Amino acid sequence: MSWVLVMPIAVPFAAAVGAYLLRNFTAGRYVSLAGSVLSLVASAVLMAAVLEHGVIAGQMSNWDAPFGITLVADYLAAVMVVITAITGLATAIYALGEIPEHVEGLGFHALFQVLIAGVTGAFLTGDLFNLYVWFEVMLIASFSLLVIGGGKERLDAGIKYVALNLVSTLIFLSGIGLLYGLTGTLNMADLRGAVADLDNQGLVTVIAMMFMVGFGVKAAVFPLFFWLPASYHTPYFAISAVFAGLLTKVGVYALMRMFTLVFVGDVGFTHEILIWVSLLTMFTGVIGAAAQTDFRKILSFHIISQIGYMTLGLALFTPLALMGGVFYLVHHIIVKANLFFVAGLAKQYAGSTDLNRIGGLYKSAPLLAALFIIPAFSLAGFPPLSGFWAKYLIVVAALEIEAWFVAFVALLVGLLTIFSMTKIWGMAFWKPHPDGIDPTPDRAPPGVTRAMMAPIAGLAAMTIVIGFYPEPFVQFAETAAMQLLLPNDYVDTVLGARP
Amino acid sequence: MNSIIFSAAARLLVALLFVFSLFMLLRGHHLPGGGFIGGLIGAVAFIVYSLACGPAEARAALRLSPEVIATWGLGIALLAGLFAFVMGDPLFTGQWYWVGGDSYETAAFSINSVLVFDIGVYLVVLGGILSLTYAFEEET
Repeated sequence: MSWVLVMPIAVPFAAAVGAYLLRNFTAGRYVSLAGSVLSLVASAVLMAAVLEHGVIAGQMSNWDAPFGITLVADYLAAVMVVITAITGLATAIYALGEIPEHVEGLGFHALFQVLIAGVTGAFLTGDLFNLYVWFEVMLIASFSLLVIGGGKERLDAGIKYVALNLVSTLIFLSGIGLLYGLTGTLNMADLRGAVADLDNQGLVTVIAMMFMVGFGVKAAVFPLFFWLPASYHTPYFAISAVFAGLLTKVGVYALMRMFTLVFVGDVGFTHEILIWVSLLTMFTGVIGAAAQTDFRKILSFHIISQIGYMTLGLALFTPLALMGGVFYLVHHIIVKANLFFVAGLAKQYAGSTDLNRIGGLYKSAPLLAALFIIPAFSLAGFPPLSGFWAKYLIVVAALEIEAWFVAFVALLVGLLTIFSMTKIWGMAFWKPHPDGIDPTPDRAPPGVTRAMMAPIAGLAAMTIVIGFYPEPFVQFAETAAMQLLLPNDYVDTVLGARP
Repeated sequence: MNSIIFSAAARLLVALLFVFSLFMLLRGHHLPGGGFIGGLIGAVAFIVYSLACGPAEARAALRLSPEVIATWGLGIALLAGLFAFVMGDPLFTGQWYWVGGDSYETAAFSINSVLVFDIGVYLVVLGGILSLTYAFEEET
């Protein structure tokens, strides 16, 4: 059983090794592509196993829990691994078109595969210190990807990114140290019982807040999100898409995991803070976006705003809200990565991402316009696209516990999101190009455009499928939420898992 | 660094450090040592060499680029971990074959996957540290 858990992590690492050694050959990029395909297969196998057996766990190196490192997959972890592999494959295809050869020679594909391995590892690990290690793997890979290709802007963004993320990991690490000092264990399932048994619950709440800050920086919640809009608009589009889709979600996932599994002793305090943090995150993100005129900067601020919905799902802490949060998490990865892909192609056609300097895309690239509309309106929560169901679940969950203000803010932010999306639509697609030209992709050969269009179309199709046929996804999210709220199965499987 | 004393001493030091790093690598697992510390000491050997003779010559002495060494190390470590699959154990379970006995105390020596993993770690650390320090040295 444990190998099912290992393969989604091992495959990208192997692909990274192969892609780096072949980085100066065409074969390198196809090794990376093959790795992404295999990752998707491996994660599909994992998903099938989880659907069949429920929670599955494996003890690495044959050390029993809580002493060794446990890999564990419940519904939430499994779906995150699958969605990571899907985003990874989409990015690998997109990168075939976008990434220039000299950047490939620097090891782009290897770094990208390591990033995917890091993200997958963070989703699958059942050990707190191991989670920290995966965070570091992600940080190193993402920092390198951020500055790869060089340039003043990228370095500037990279410094801000790495500085704030290091602060976050330091706080996270201190929290781990304190928690280990208190309980003597780092296995998350074991921690649940150990933390609940402690006399000094006040100290546990303090540590919980350290984790909230540490993960909060990663997830880019208010007021810790500054690094995100400062950095996500500078790298290659393939990279910013995979960042936008996955990196902040790892923070959200870690929050969801820790604040349903371990830190549930004082829900009235910790989750109340999280509610206000979420609301402020949603609101400041969407207001920040309104002030921007750069395609990617608008999208970056919207990541922040949408993160608020996910943490809100956790903060309300009812089955329905968590279910909405899980659904939101999955939907948003697809949609947001896709929007960044569209931004890249829009630049390919029109020459810039500054909305004041582009236009006319609707006339010259109607297919791209159609493919932008789908994720954009899904993000804003238009029925019947996937974002509608995600927002609907969160709002209903808020109304259910009579949190009128929360529901009001959620709806208001949805409305303001439409404003930003129509701004992009109006300025990039509808208005004529300011230079009076018809934007064409003639600066790139058709193969490039095709490679970049394929993942956009694929992800848009997924958005539509989830939108029109949400039933299985909602049911899946419901089970995932129940597993989060009542993690007995998780704890028993981890602590009782025979290697 | 233009110092005759240092360049002369470096020749000795480099060889000594490098042998010591291999000693640390081989003695690991059952005794203090292992791939990580061995790799660090090995990197120090090359750093001393590059201080004495310049980074260009140190790179030439390494033959492969440090990044490639680190990548090979990652691959070797991964293979050592995956080897457990063949034996039907979880990832990274150490596989031991004792020669002349059945445990650490009685056997003359052992053939095991743990050392292969440590060699991988050694190469990752050596390559990683050297790619950093060479980059710094060459910039100034």
